[in-house]
Amino acid sequence: MKVHLTRRYHFAASHRLHLTDCSDDENRAIYGKCNNPHGHGHNYSVEVTVSGPVDAATGMVCNLADLDGFSNKEIIERFDHTNLSMMPLFEGKVPTTERLCVEIYDIYNKGFKHAHLEKVRIEETAKNSFEYTG
Amino acid sequence: MIYLTRKAEFAASHYYHNPAFTPEENQRVFGKCANMNGHGHNYVLEVTVKGEVNDRTGFVVDLKELKDIMNREVVDAMDHRHLNKEVPEFAKAIPTTENIAIVAWKRLAPHMKVAKLHRVRVYENADLFADYYGEE
Ligand SMILES: [Zn+2]
Repeated sequence: MKVHLTRRYHFAASHRLHLTDCSDDENRAIYGKCNNPHGHGHNYSVEVTVSGPVDAATGMVCNLADLDGFSNKEIIERFDHTNLSMMPLFEGKVPTTERLCVEIYDIYNKGFKHAHLEKVRIEETAKNSFEYTG
Repeated sequence: MIYLTRKAEFAASHYYHNPAFTPEENQRVFGKCANMNGHGHNYVLEVTVKGEVNDRTGFVVDLKELKDIMNREVVDAMDHRHLNKEVPEFAKAIPTTENIAIVAWKRLAPHMKVAKLHRVRVYENADLFADYYGEE
């Protein structure tokens, strides 16, 4: 019996959307307020969905302690209260939430082995969300 | 094909314990949830059905009927109950969010006549939910 399990995590970070090879006017035209040179921040919510059969002995798809442990170490500690634009991960790339979503998917996909990864969904604000399923 | 989702809430208590495990194993696997005095949650049940829109009524399903089935089969059985002790399915299965979704599906599916059950989602809290789509 395959079940999908979704857990939500929260972190706060700043970013600036800016292309170094474009003029200031072009950057403002593309990114608007998000191009503010001083950056700006969001409270991001990350929803990670994993799936698998429910273990008969534990009743679980995967132990939440494992998922929480991995997420705290690999996601929260890495991104919380950081400036995404300064991270080596986004060197030469604009840290849009689309890209953040793909990067976070890849982190789970490479490192989390306790259940099958289905999806990563990120809410940048209550109005904007992004999903990546690989 | 259209999908329709209806929500209901129930509050219940539970604990996680596998009698085949040693006390240490229960503690290690289930952590705080192993406390045999139990603890509780405000669960949210989301039932999604799918089907064709009826030409005459404009409905995919009679909402009143869906609400009655959800109340009778799941909410009345689990609201303000101790899941381990008062819901027969959890005499053996551990009442995790995953298993609650499966049990809710099995209780609801036989009563779905016009529309078909598509998904049962159970929220244990705003940051955790399980989805069951039946045997795919
Ligand atoms: Zn609990």
